[in-house]
Amino acid sequence: MKKEMKCSCSVLKKLYITMLRIRLCEESFVEPILNREIRCPVHLYSGEEAIAAGVCGALGKRDYIFGSHRSHGHYLAKGGCMRELVAEIYGKETGCSGGRGGSMHLISVDKGVMGTTPIVAGTIALALGASLASSIRKDNRVTVSFFGDGATGEGVLYECLNFASLKKLPIIFVCENNLYSTHMPIEEIRATKEIYKIGRPFGMKSFRVDGNDVVKVYEKAESVVRAARRGEGPVFIEALTYRFRGHVGPDDNVQGTHSDIRPKAEIEKWLKKDPVKKFEAFLKKHNVLKTSDMDIIKGKIEEEVKEAHDLARKSPYPGEGELLRYVTK
Amino acid sequence: MPGKVHIPERENFCDMSRSSRKLQYSLAINEALRQMMEADDSVFLIGQGVKSPWYVGKTADGLLEKFGENRVIDTPVSENAMTGAAVGAAIAGMRSIVVHPRLDFMFYAFDPIINEAANWHYMFGGKSQVPVVVWGIVNRGGEQAAQHSQAIHAVFAHIPGLKVVMPSTPYDAKGLMISAIKDDNPVIYIDDRWLYDIEGNVPEGIYEVPIGKGRIRRNGSDITLVSISYMVEECLKAADELSKEGIRAEIVDLRTAKPLDKEIILNSVSKTGRMIVVDGGWSFCGLAAEILAMVSESGFDSLKTPVVRLTVPECPAPSSRMLEAKYFEMSGHIFNAVKDMVSRSR
Repeated sequence: MKKEMKCSCSVLKKLYITMLRIRLCEESFVEPILNREIRCPVHLYSGEEAIAAGVCGALGKRDYIFGSHRSHGHYLAKGGCMRELVAEIYGKETGCSGGRGGSMHLISVDKGVMGTTPIVAGTIALALGASLASSIRKDNRVTVSFFGDGATGEGVLYECLNFASLKKLPIIFVCENNLYSTHMPIEEIRATKEIYKIGRPFGMKSFRVDGNDVVKVYEKAESVVRAARRGEGPVFIEALTYRFRGHVGPDDNVQGTHSDIRPKAEIEKWLKKDPVKKFEAFLKKHNVLKTSDMDIIKGKIEEEVKEAHDLARKSPYPGEGELLRYVTK
Repeated sequence: MPGKVHIPERENFCDMSRSSRKLQYSLAINEALRQMMEADDSVFLIGQGVKSPWYVGKTADGLLEKFGENRVIDTPVSENAMTGAAVGAAIAGMRSIVVHPRLDFMFYAFDPIINEAANWHYMFGGKSQVPVVVWGIVNRGGEQAAQHSQAIHAVFAHIPGLKVVMPSTPYDAKGLMISAIKDDNPVIYIDDRWLYDIEGNVPEGIYEVPIGKGRIRRNGSDITLVSISYMVEECLKAADELSKEGIRAEIVDLRTAKPLDKEIILNSVSKTGRMIVVDGGWSFCGLAAEILAMVSESGFDSLKTPVVRLTVPECPAPSSRMLEAKYFEMSGHIFNAVKDMVSRSR
């Protein structure tokens, strides 16, 4: 198949490991959330793994990413430490943000995870600035801005699209369209469904990809990142996907509210398009990995996830005397 | 009067420098920008109007020619994205300066300034920092009315994580700009168009004025006038008149609204026993209110008489020259308030 020719076996394996690490890590939060061990708002990424894995798989270590409230996947895919992620969500001093940020504020500067924050569209302009920094320094980095379909309602996005295109900045705008802006279906918040077209009035190359197909995401990301690095300017990608869990928390749209208005049939339909299962079938079909190989990988990741939780549980909370630390540097 | 700057005799106006070179306030800022951009490749200037003296006066003179469009970036009218870009570039290792030639437009940029820049260092547990200077020019007067006249420093000073500097002299304009650029935190640098033509001694090299340190602009023993930015000029003007009546006012130029130099205020009040705070912002929940509260908490025993604040009236700035003159009239109010306070509490 053509796909196999473009992606080497080692790339495919790497993508699989990344996706599975995200999935197993995300699902590991369900129980501690429900039993109130974890209390900060957690926006699970289950169902959307192919986007983070595919896009970050096409980036180099020095490249930058910025994310949103639903960014565990971006953080892990870009190389952020799982133990520090889990500890952060437990509110521990050993977390990636020292327990000051929780699930919605993730950072790993060394790995290029420059920051994820929950103000919708808030980090898009920051990503724009990071790409501006790269363009001033000519440091050959590419920046990716991850945001959801809800962010297309914020004016700053359009300001950023214009400026990025005007200055030909090395930035990729990745809109993860999971069809819902918290509780609002996309038909109720947007006049048009085709988000990818919003880049075009700004003279920007814009694409829509199947966000549940990691090979397609990776191939598209790989080519646009290369072009951006060559100085060809920004690109807009809409990745169509669906979240398997609630907007926040595991069990409902907003945890405990019984407010998930998503039709059962729609959920069933998307569960059948599970990006992890889909990719497993692909890997088997093309003899990249056998079931036994996958079991070994899965076992190792389960171990990693368990260790991360054990460590987080044992880690100290930030000291009370530390409340005012870090207000200024 | 709007648009006119009174330059009083300065009895104790020591510039803390041996330099005798005179420079205008706006050119002092210009020199700070040029020298810092020369000294550090990571410094760059972005904002609407950096190519146009109509927007930024002489503050950006020659910068574009010297440093090129790569580091002197005039922009679309997109305050949110442009300020966010300055913040993002700072997160990615630059030292950004973003200018808002009319402070009022900074309201569009509150998200990157407050939600992102101010909180950044804290919410990531110290793992990242935002060395950005958000420079806003108070553009009062000239019948420009409400949306071109607002002094909103108190709004920024309210936010943990932000520093707010407001120089009133050319010396401080240059030194505080340099300090703001070198600072690893977001610094709101607010100047005032009415100060732009003031001349003063400015050393030629790079020097810093410490953020968070006020300065006594005039020594006196009868009353403490605490002020900042252009209102220091109004205080100096009033103090000249008061000295003719035998009242010696001490003038504290805060230079920084946050962090507040409590010590210089309390020391002065302990000497004079009286305090009037003069601020170009509004009264309610304003900078003057904060200083009054601080002195009530920490300097109450020094006071001979209740403290007073003088601010612009609690209304938007009007356009019509008659109303506008009344809105901005200050030195006469200072004169009367001081005379009243001193005579009542002698």
